[in-house]
Amino acid sequence: MSFESLISPLYEMMLLSTPIIFATMGEIYAERSGVLNLGIEGIMSLGAAIAFVVTYVTGNIALGILVALIAGGLLALIHAFISITFNANQVISGLALAMLGLGLSSFIGKNYVGLRLELMLQPIKIPLLSSIPLIGPVFFNQDILVYTAYILTVVLWFLLYKTKWGLYIRAVGENPYAADSMGINIYVVRYLCTVFGGMLAGLGGAYITVAYMHTWREGITMGKGWAAVALVIFAFWNPLRGFLASLFFGGIEVAAIELYSLYGLNTHLTNMIPYAAIIIVMILSASEIMKKRIGAPASLGKPFIREKRR
Amino acid sequence: MKLLSNVLGIKLKIQKREEVSRKFDILLTFISICVALLVVAVIFLSFGINAFVTFKQIFLSLLNVDIVTVRMIPLLLCSIGLVIVFKANVWNIGAEGQLLIGAVAAAWVALFLIPDAPSYILIPCMFILGFLFAGIWALIPAALRAYLDINEIITTLMMNYIAYFLVAYLASGPWIGKTVWGFKQTDLIPPQARLPQIEGTLIHYPTLIVAIVGAIFIYILLQYTKFGFEIRVYGSNPEAAKYAGINEAKVILLTMFISGGLAGVAGVGELAGVRYRLTANPKGLSAGYGFTAIIVACLARFNPIAAILVSYLMGGIIVGGYALQTSLNVSRGIVNIFNGLILLSLISAEILKRYKISFKVVKSK
Amino acid sequence: MENTSHDKVIVRMVNITKRFGSVIANDHVNFDLKTGEIHALLGENGAGKTTLMNILYGHYRPDEGEIYVNGHKVVIKSPRDAIKLGIFMVHQHPLLVETLSVAENIAIGIKTTNRILSPVNEIREKILEFSKEYGFKIDPDAKIWQLTASERQYVEILKALMQNARVLILDEPTSILAPSEKEFLFNFMKRMRNEGCSIVFITHKLEEAISTSDRITVLRKGKAVGTFKSLETNVNELAKMMIGYDVFIKDASKENALTDVKVNAIVALEVEDLWVLGDKGEDAVRGVSFKINAGEIFGVIGVAGNGQSELVEAITGLRKVKKGKIKIFGKDVTNAHPSEIIRLGVAHIPEHRLRYGVVENLSVAENLLLKKYNDYMFSGNIFLKMDKIHEWSKNLISKYSIITPSEKTPVSNLSGGNVQKVIVARELSMQPRLIIAAYPTHGLDIVATKYIRSLLLEHKRKGTAVFLVSSDLDEVFEICDRIAVMYEGKFLAVIPKNEADEEKIGLLMGGVLSHEAAV
Repeated sequence: MSFESLISPLYEMMLLSTPIIFATMGEIYAERSGVLNLGIEGIMSLGAAIAFVVTYVTGNIALGILVALIAGGLLALIHAFISITFNANQVISGLALAMLGLGLSSFIGKNYVGLRLELMLQPIKIPLLSSIPLIGPVFFNQDILVYTAYILTVVLWFLLYKTKWGLYIRAVGENPYAADSMGINIYVVRYLCTVFGGMLAGLGGAYITVAYMHTWREGITMGKGWAAVALVIFAFWNPLRGFLASLFFGGIEVAAIELYSLYGLNTHLTNMIPYAAIIIVMILSASEIMKKRIGAPASLGKPFIREKRR
Repeated sequence: MKLLSNVLGIKLKIQKREEVSRKFDILLTFISICVALLVVAVIFLSFGINAFVTFKQIFLSLLNVDIVTVRMIPLLLCSIGLVIVFKANVWNIGAEGQLLIGAVAAAWVALFLIPDAPSYILIPCMFILGFLFAGIWALIPAALRAYLDINEIITTLMMNYIAYFLVAYLASGPWIGKTVWGFKQTDLIPPQARLPQIEGTLIHYPTLIVAIVGAIFIYILLQYTKFGFEIRVYGSNPEAAKYAGINEAKVILLTMFISGGLAGVAGVGELAGVRYRLTANPKGLSAGYGFTAIIVACLARFNPIAAILVSYLMGGIIVGGYALQTSLNVSRGIVNIFNGLILLSLISAEILKRYKISFKVVKSK
Repeated sequence: MENTSHDKVIVRMVNITKRFGSVIANDHVNFDLKTGEIHALLGENGAGKTTLMNILYGHYRPDEGEIYVNGHKVVIKSPRDAIKLGIFMVHQHPLLVETLSVAENIAIGIKTTNRILSPVNEIREKILEFSKEYGFKIDPDAKIWQLTASERQYVEILKALMQNARVLILDEPTSILAPSEKEFLFNFMKRMRNEGCSIVFITHKLEEAISTSDRITVLRKGKAVGTFKSLETNVNELAKMMIGYDVFIKDASKENALTDVKVNAIVALEVEDLWVLGDKGEDAVRGVSFKINAGEIFGVIGVAGNGQSELVEAITGLRKVKKGKIKIFGKDVTNAHPSEIIRLGVAHIPEHRLRYGVVENLSVAENLLLKKYNDYMFSGNIFLKMDKIHEWSKNLISKYSIITPSEKTPVSNLSGGNVQKVIVARELSMQPRLIIAAYPTHGLDIVATKYIRSLLLEHKRKGTAVFLVSSDLDEVFEICDRIAVMYEGKFLAVIPKNEADEEKIGLLMGGVLSHEAAV
């Protein structure tokens, strides 16, 4: 296998990874503040449908993406309201949200199934960097959303570990009672992180239909939202690791496609690979967690009740 | 809140509630369904669809007992399996996949293992192997949770997709029918493998009987047996369970096995009682029963006997939804939207259980 | 200390009432705090002291009553509001974020110049300054989980200092300190008082209240009994007010003196060179060895957090053992599953009642059944014998005076003391041969406490072995035959009751070995 022949699959990998990067990054923030959002699959699907419909109807990609961002944020807001203000069971709320999002997406996209989007995001070549052998054509000749993913990763990492807001978020996620006693508004922090996570999930979904597949059909998200939840654990809630984990998953998807197209393996069998990979990812994470003793943010999924009976 | 109370001259007082009566609980459930219906109506209206007509349609569908019961059977089977596993605080989201595996087992028995056997051997064989294979399918994520503490929500979900593609593979590959072209599917199962139906309806009653007996069985298991006690203790407080000497692995593995097995039985019913074949588009067979069953279990407050009634209602909604699809050009997504909304309003209603909101008229200064 | 110039009242709480369900935690309590004073809030566990201060600090909202700070009426909705008013609370279990460093914890909530970047660097300097000034030895970059209990307390105090606290609430600060650390704390308190700060010192320890504070307010069952100048009262008077009837401070261990230590030759529990890891991977138990015979009560005393919890968890099968052996009645049960240990006739009254001891949403009857459900009396091969279970639980409820509407009531409705009674009833009615009791009377009123201690003595007379972990010196002196002092994961000494005295034990608890003591 020559250097050259690697470029195309790796390029594809980047395209497949980008929506996952957005979703994973968003969920990392939500979970870092202590909120488990299992509804990402539904939010991604909704983002995908809405972005496609709006772009198809208005001819404006930016508008489609914007609407997807807003829709994702709104759906996450519902989850935030129920989980944070009502202190309800976050697992059920997330699952309900996923169903709602999936349902809404097929409802909204009903009349647009199978239509093709003529508009496309053009790849932008970054001078100098795109000339580096192998890495250049793979990473630096991509569209603007992919570059957004790169920048977002770095920014989010910096925000989480080097700024005072990141400090607040981490404190809220680990011990909200301590953060509360120090004067941090737990609710605001959690709401912001959850809605932000939803917006990114919506963006991820939008990427799939508008920038990658250029069409819409039900189930186009193919479980990537669930995968993102698993990848957050694999990433140890760290944005940089999250980026790598998403690349890894994208790579597996590409490998599955290659096995089908190059080596003729049955498509249904190769389709199973990414899902089996997620299970393997979870097994690997579990053993690492046991060894390193680092775990999820301590308050993840737990309701915050100020008047605990002492 | 403060502004509002000043303006309206009403003081809102939120107190923690002590205990909740059964009647209140049921009332709450009823209210959440109404809220969900309301929101769906609003969505319809905003898209220009007549909400009243759709609801009338759904209500009428409930009266089509024979059609609704066919939908009820897999829902009941899956939901009672979910009841037992949710009581143990194990989140089995894999009922869809387990249902498919049950169907696969039944197809294997009917098409390849003993296709020439008589009914009284074939049918029990399909049910037993369907239960077993699906139960084992559920044991994989169960073992990962029991021994490696791996979150079962993700693993059971992934297993769904794998099961889905397994069916597609088998139906379009090694098991593809000899008599059909173009459409990728298996042969129809032989007549002796098909489940008997009640005269004049499509109700495959052996599965129905298994389902109702199963509901009673699960109820008795949870309330009156030692194992049921262990399940309830572990589901409420896993640390206390360990302290009490309960074997956590046994609870997780056994409840998942039963849950998966029951979903598998539902799959057998769908294959041998409704579809008679596997196709490369398994969504037709599983039809989201595994997910809808989650709603049923929650609405039934994790009571298997209540699940009998709730699964009938849900069946009615599904039938109504399909009717709407054809008559009003509304997409399948509606059932999912409705399900999601019910669940959301149900858990929001939980907060009313915990807190009492009372009004007090305040004299303004 | 007469400080007429500091006679201004800085905090006044008027008519404060707080209810939790049907329990009245604070009943029309009046409390005032002057500038430049140390004011002790004295009362038994459950008297309402912590609740009152939680209200002042914004953790709870009062049902009735008002709060005035510097003469102005205030509404404190959350700790944020309290901090703005200069009120700061050092909690009994410090509220800190374990995975972050000292500097990061303190940085949260402090206003700094840089709008974006984490203020950790700025804070680090300040921490070192303050530490030097007040004599704390803290590494600003150490993660909280690496710190000892007293160091965590210092971090919370530093937080208060750096936010210019005018009112400092200390909630049972000495419960986790060794004697030498207590001295340091008391000196610090006095210094703050002299600088004009006001300190509320919540405690249940009479001696400490009198020796450190200017005034003492006694709370009993939610009501304020009275406020006194510490110079004008004494421990016996205070004790009477705390409890409500005449009680001798030094409880007569005469009751136990007649009991001959008729120790059996049967070794009930044998622990050999036990090493157990704590939650953070540190060595919590470091090479502990001892034997307990049937018919004896063996007590382990020590400041909480020196490995006692991990020791108990290892013996009862709830925690893995790193090295060493545990034998119960001769059988090796190192790392065995709790079910095996239960089968050997071991009862466990756990430290964390709500976490391990009961299942809150199940009924009293079901909780009483918790470990016995396999017993042939209560179940067949598959089914439970429901009427037998209900009959038996009604029996236990009356025998142990458990206050509950019925045996079908969920345990979550019971008060703390009654929850413990359910646990004790269950464990002691199992005909145990070995009882492991961790802080069994913690948080209970005097009557319940006496009852449980007498139960343990009764079992001892019947030949049961008892392994008791306690932080109450009186308790240990009252009922134990031998006393082990645990410090930093080791047994510093194991002393028979008749050779033990409070001073020696007190020093050992602080890690001071006998040959260092200046006696």
